[in-house]
This record gives sequence, structure tokens and C-alpha cells, in this order.
Amino acid sequence: MNSVAVEVLRYRPETEEEPSFEVFDVPYEDNWMVLDAINHIKDQMDGTLSYRWACRMGVCGSCGMMVNGKPVLTCATYVEDVLPGPVRVEPLRGFPVVRDLVTDIRDFMVKLQRVKPWIIREEEKPLAEGEYLQTPEELQDYKQYSMCINCMLCYAACPIYELDPEFIGPAAIALAQRYNLDSRDQGREERMDVLSQHDGMWGCTFVGDCSVVCPKKVDPAGAIQRYKLDATVDWFRSALMPWRKR
Amino acid sequence: MHTVNHDVLLIGGGGAGLRAAIAVAETNPGLSVAVASKVYPMRSHTVSAEGGAAAVIRPEDSLDEHAYDTISGGDWLCDQDAVEMFVREAPEEMLRMEHWGCPWSRKPDGTIATRPFGGMKTERTWFAADKTGFHMLHTLFQTTLKYPPISRYDEWFVTRLLVEDGRCQGAVAVELATGEVHTILARSVIMCAGGGGKVYPFTTNANIKTGDGMALAYRAGAPLKDMEFVQYHPTGLPFTGILVTEAARAEGGWLVNKDGYRYLQDYDLGTPEPRPVLRSMELGPRDRLSQAFVGELKKGRTVETRYGHVVYLDVRRLGQRVIDEKIPFVRELCLKYEKIDPVKDMIPVRPVVHYMMGGIHTDLQGATSIPGLFAAGEVACVSINGANRLGSNSLTELLVFGARAGKAAARYAAGAPAPSRSVLAQGLQEEARLQKQFLGKRGGRERMADLRKEMQDTMEASAGLYRDGATLKAGTEKVQELKERFCDVVMEDPSLTFNTELQTVLELENLLDVAESVLHSALARRESRGAHQRTDFPERDDQDYLAHSLAYATAEVPRIDYLPVTITRWPAGERVYGRAAAPEKGGK
Amino acid sequence: MAKALNASYRRYHPKWHRERVPIFWWVRSASYIKFMCRELTSLFVAYAAGLLLVQVWALGQGAAAHARLLNWLSHPAVVTGHVVLLATLLFHTVTWLNLTPQALVLRLGRWRVPKAVVWVGHYAVWLVLSLVIVWLFVGVA
Repeated sequence: MNSVAVEVLRYRPETEEEPSFEVFDVPYEDNWMVLDAINHIKDQMDGTLSYRWACRMGVCGSCGMMVNGKPVLTCATYVEDVLPGPVRVEPLRGFPVVRDLVTDIRDFMVKLQRVKPWIIREEEKPLAEGEYLQTPEELQDYKQYSMCINCMLCYAACPIYELDPEFIGPAAIALAQRYNLDSRDQGREERMDVLSQHDGMWGCTFVGDCSVVCPKKVDPAGAIQRYKLDATVDWFRSALMPWRKR
Repeated sequence: MHTVNHDVLLIGGGGAGLRAAIAVAETNPGLSVAVASKVYPMRSHTVSAEGGAAAVIRPEDSLDEHAYDTISGGDWLCDQDAVEMFVREAPEEMLRMEHWGCPWSRKPDGTIATRPFGGMKTERTWFAADKTGFHMLHTLFQTTLKYPPISRYDEWFVTRLLVEDGRCQGAVAVELATGEVHTILARSVIMCAGGGGKVYPFTTNANIKTGDGMALAYRAGAPLKDMEFVQYHPTGLPFTGILVTEAARAEGGWLVNKDGYRYLQDYDLGTPEPRPVLRSMELGPRDRLSQAFVGELKKGRTVETRYGHVVYLDVRRLGQRVIDEKIPFVRELCLKYEKIDPVKDMIPVRPVVHYMMGGIHTDLQGATSIPGLFAAGEVACVSINGANRLGSNSLTELLVFGARAGKAAARYAAGAPAPSRSVLAQGLQEEARLQKQFLGKRGGRERMADLRKEMQDTMEASAGLYRDGATLKAGTEKVQELKERFCDVVMEDPSLTFNTELQTVLELENLLDVAESVLHSALARRESRGAHQRTDFPERDDQDYLAHSLAYATAEVPRIDYLPVTITRWPAGERVYGRAAAPEKGGK
Repeated sequence: MAKALNASYRRYHPKWHRERVPIFWWVRSASYIKFMCRELTSLFVAYAAGLLLVQVWALGQGAAAHARLLNWLSHPAVVTGHVVLLATLLFHTVTWLNLTPQALVLRLGRWRVPKAVVWVGHYAVWLVLSLVIVWLFVGVA
């Protein structure tokens, strides 16, 4: 069995001021993910290691961490792909570190709520009348943006969010777009009010790394630039044709 | 001790919990609702469900057919009044999901599309590609964000239910981030903490499915019903146990053995046809398909691989376009976790523990035997799934019973008196117990990972697909031993801040209780029915066992009692799959 | 062996750790370096625009002023500098054009214009405009 050195960031706020690295020599097999290595450390070597994980199949979004400086889902990253050691594992960038590899993601939860990620309609269709008709093409319009698993790798990759934590961030804006582009939704205006502020879409300078690291190919960068074009067209419309209902 | 006050407390933030929270908020906007979950709601295991959710929508379908399919699929252990009510409320709940934005896959004319599914006579499974659970959970979660009365307590681990004066008045929870122990007082409590697949070593379930809700209610005095019925899903990826959805078979996948032979035809599941035939062959019920695998294993017709014996799921004939449109997630998972492309290769699969039909005994409103305590979702057993659940019924179950339990809990809370202050003493007791038994513990010789592995191996050996009295008895003794050894567990982490070792040991404590109830219930049931197959009692025995087992926690071994199944219009009959004989229908 | 509690820790109130962002945060990855270069080229674009305005102004001042400007422009150091300028302008343009398919979703009815078409289209427009400008210069000369 092979083994690899895994360098893990530890932070114990009760007994330490600053985080520090600890190295573990972990055996692994060719089908092990980085998460398997971390589980091995906790189960067999050091039970005090804290981190989040759940589904181990890349759909719950819990296990995002920085591995060798890149934000990845540890349940979807083979150990063999990050060799040679030492493999450096750190908590997701951009968020405060609570303990070891656990970060505080409440900022994202607040921002998610701000963009009103639900169907907004002037009038609800009664259930007795059945479903809102939505063709497969209309579904395709927003489908990509609905695939976000809230793993926040995009926030870890975004230098704007790191430099200015007020920035609403890629996933929140992509989820706003998911509803804007849903043919059943009528809340575009309401969300535009939220996202056209300085900490909304205009904070983005199209670095583009968010779309590169996204494990579900949501393309938040594309969603944000499209939103900027939309917002600009909106502004011109309201300036040149103020009588027109938005 | 810090106390939090609400009217209704939800424990668990998955599909059932979130649906129930919305139901409370809509039934009575004046009530304050708390959702306490040990993980952020979008991490709940509902997110992994793939295939779909069933509800009658096609004109050629009928509620009676859905009911009959469910009842026969459950080998007649389903309470028929519950099933009738479930199939009746299902379409409206599913439409409500659509109105909330769930991206159901559509037909070209824009109406909801359906797909065939195992054990169903007609197509009635709604689906969102093959990430139905993911889309449902995120739709529900995002919808809860618009209700101000709902407060969330994310990453609060409930360790004890507070029962005083004969009713449930709240719970005690550890706030994982800080280690602070809180008492949450509530007029009614809804338990939605999911199932306990992690008692087994090989399961589709996430790490968090540790039966916490079942154990909490069990220890508080509520019986666990039908725990011996554990579903093995026929197609899981070897080594990881990741689920390959039934939809792959529904779209036309074939299960073949090492000779490329569609072996299900040898197990009274019909004759092979080129296109999928409902209630036949690969679209049979999950228990029969998993049992067929064991048959092939015994005949030496499975393939031995690095990770054990497998058979193959062949979806190559679907073609890339259909695979990418209907089961794209399956393709992603195979490429990533098996390093094969289902467009070109066959998928190695084997039966894997997936779902617990059993759970906290509830009535049709979701009320448990403890007044003020309700339950919904996989943690509960109404029972609509009986001895074997049909695929795509459980996602719908979350909605129907989540809504019912929510409404019932709201009504109860509106009429219940405020929690009594004497309950706070229990809160302090629990805080002291956690400190003494875990956080302040020194020494110990048993590693929790080792105890967990031994428990899991015992469950697989004693309470697997086929069971017998001797192995079950040995299993119960082993679990008893493990519970004693648990008292000597090593705690390396004394800290309060996000102590996941504390979380793990509490989960292990819960898992041991769940394992105990499964083994004792299985030992007591001397027949074979659905997912519970005994080699020493291979026949179904409607005379003595057309009843639910109820496991009550005692100071020693659990006490097993029986509750007759409610039969309304469908007298117990033979389960027929793949044969031309039309199913017998009772009633009109 | 329990360690002594940290001075800044209050029971149930751990201090979070926020990593300080270094001033050279962008050297840590190739894509960040490329991003910063791209953003910096906007300064060069501003300079080129300014240069154009200066040329126009010089023309307005009369032939003598214009001749002095051309003299300055032919200085070898200035020529070298402007070759570098051309490179940065090309970098700016190419990185901008390459991003257009991600940002621009065009629809003709229900048909979505493929990303490749958007990309080729932008480059084609750039090429055509450049040729027109070159032709104007050649024509004048």
C-alpha cells in the first residue's frame, strides 16, 4: 500500500491563537478520494480533526476544502491526482475558520436569502388548474443555474469576495438568475433592485475562476455578465422610454 | 442554561422537515417555528435521491392502481387506509412543488413528464432529470426562506427529547460550532431526522444517516415499528455504494450476469422483452431484484471483482442522447467513481442498503404514541411502505406526511399549554451527562471507528438480505456486547468548538440503538415477507404475522409487540410480477 | 493532557480566524496573474486613447505642431515603447473577445446562437474594422 504525506491546517481556538500545519503519513489506495484520506486520519490517527462531509458523491456540497491551493470537493478528488505529496489541505478560502477545516458559511446563507430565491408571482395559479406549462426549451434556459449545490468553491476562488466580503458572490447571483430566467417567475424587478447595488453584480470584475472551479458547471461568471448586460439594457430602456412598464 | 422558545420544533431539515415547516407556517402564521438540524438543510440526504417521485397524473392511471401497486409492493404489510390517503393527496402535493419552482422534466407540450418505475403498473413517476431529490430539496429549502416565522438552528445536534407530564415539550441540542448546550422548548415537536442506513457497512446513505431521530424517540418511549424491514437497492456501485438510480432500468437498462444473461427471468419476474415492461423483469420490486442477486451469487454466475461480487447494468443500448437527457447524473457518477462510461461499458452493480421501511410508529396524521411528538419522512413508519418500498414513493411520502404532520403539529401547538419549567431540569441533566460521559472523559480503550465497524459487520452478517434465527441471535448478543464496550470509548477531543468527535460518538450511540431494534425485530418475526427473508422460515405467514412489529426500549433487551395491519379493500394476496395474470383488485 | 485555555477564548465564544489577504494575493495562481495583467492593460488603452486625442489636437494647432509630434513619435525609444503598447492592446482585445461567448447569450426565436458563432463573429467584426482603418491610412498616404 502506498502512503502520502498529508499536511492539514489545524486551528484550535480554545488553546491556540493561530492556526498551524500538522503532517500525517496516510496510506491510500488507487481509488481513494482525498476525503477517504482525511477520514482515515480521523478514524485511526487523530480523532480531534474536525471537518464536514456527508454524501461522498458530490451532491451535498459539504466537503469543499482547499487542496494544494485549489478549492475542490474532497469527495470528488482522487489522491492520485494531487500527488506527489505533501498534499496540503486547508479550509475553504474567503470564510472565517471556526476550527480546523470547518468554516463559517452563514454569510452565504444571509446573501442567499437576500436574492429572494423563490418563485415570485403577482398571482398564483390555483392548484386545481394544474401545472404551469413550461416547455423543455424553457426549462433549459435556467436549468444550468439550478444545478448549484451551494458548495461555495466559487466563493473560495473569487478574489473579490476575499478582498471585499460584502460582495454578494457568484453562487447567490447565479441562483438569482436561476429564478429570473424561470418562465414561471415574475420577480425579475425585485431581484434587480437587490443585485444592482454596489455589492451586487457590479462588484464582479469577471476574473472567471468561479466558473472554472464549479464542480457542477453552473458557470456563475456567465450568469453574472449576462445579468450585467440585462441591467444595462434595462437602464437604457428606462432612461430612453420612461413611459414603458418594466 | 440557554433556553430557546418556539411553538413548533422540527428536528431535521430534509424534505419532510422543510415541507412540515412550511405547512406549519401556512396553517398558522402566528406560530413560531424552529428547524434544528445537525447539518445545513441543503446537505440533508434528500439531496442524493435521484429517480423520481410518484403521483397519479396520467388519465389512464388511477388512485386505486397506485394504491394496489404500493400495497402489493409492500407485501401486504402496508396500512391500506394510509396508502389510500397517501395516493389521494400525492398529486396535489407534487403540483404544489411545481408551483414552488421545482424543475420537473416536461413533455414537449409543457406538461409534466412521467417515467415508468419499479413495481408500478402505470407511468406515474415525476422526475427532474435524475436529480429529483436534489431539486426537490433545494426548491423546498429556498421556499422556506420566504416565511418569516421559520427560524433555523443550523448545525444544532439534538441529543434528547424532553418528555414531561406525558407529552413532548421540546428537546436538548448541542450547538456544534460553540459546544453550548441549549434547551429548545416547544409546544409540539416534529421528528424528521431521516433513516439509519449507516448501521450497515455498505450503503447508499450519507455519513449523516445515523438513525438519530429513531433512537431519540425510542429512548423517549415511542415504539419503533417494522424495523426489521431494510431495503437493499439492487444497483449500487461497488466499493463506494453510490446509488445508480432505478431510472436507469426504467429507461431500458438490463441487469445481466457474467454470461450476459438477463437472469431476472429465472426468478419469477417475467420474460425478457426488448423494451421495459411495467411490473416485470428489471421493473420488478427492489426486494425481489436484490434477492435474485443472491440467487446468482449462489449459482456462481456473478462476476468477482476487486470489491466483491457484482452483476452488470447495461444501459449502452439507450444511446448517448437518451443517457445525457434522462440519466446524466448516472453517467457523471460512473465516470467519476467507477472510471467507466455507461455509454460504452456496462456498469458493475450489486445490492446496497438504501432505505429503512421501519421507523417511529405514527398514525395517519404523523402523531406518535407520545402526545406532542410527531414524525414524518424516512424516520417515521405510518406505514405506507410495508415490507418493501416501491421506488419513487418515498420522495412523495416526504411531502404528503411532512404536510400532514406539520398541520397536525400546528393544531396541537395552538391548543397545548406552554412547556412547563420543570422540563428545564432535564435540560441541565442532559448537559451534565454530555460533559461526564463524553467531553470530560479520560482514558478509554475502544476506538469508535472500530466499534462502528464491528457493528456494521454484525448487521451485514446477521440482518442482511437473508437471515436465520441463529445468526440473528448471535447478532443481538454482539450488539449488546458493543453497547457495553461503548461505555469504554476513547474520546480524544475535549474541546467545545465544532467537536465532530462528540458528534460521531453521539451518532454511534444512536446507531447501536437502531441496530438493536432491527435485530430483535428480525429475530421475532418468524416468516419471510418482502425485504425480511428468513431461511429458517421461508414462507409468508399471514396467520400470525400480518402485523407490524413494535420495538419498545427497556432497561435490557427491547420488548417486541405486534399491531395488526389495517386492511380496507385489498385482502392479502399473492405478489405477481412479470406474469400475464391481471392483479386482483378488491373493492369496487 | 488538557492544554491551557487560550487567553482570547471565552467559553462558547471561540475567536474565528480570518486569513489576512496579502497585497500580492494575485501571484498565487496563473489565472490571477493573467487577470491582473488584463486589468492593467486598461491603463495602456487609456494612454492610447489619450495619444489619439493629442494627435488630433496637434493637427488642430497647425502643421508645425504636428511635425513636432511626428518627430517625437519617431524617436527610437518611443517607437519601442509603442511596440510594447501594441502588444498590450492586442492582449487586452484578445482576452476581451475570448470572454464574449460566456457573457453574451443571443437568441433568434427559440434557437440559441452557439458560443463558437459568437466568438467568430466578434473576431470577424474586429478584423473588418481593422482592415477598414488600415485602408483609410493607405488611402490617405
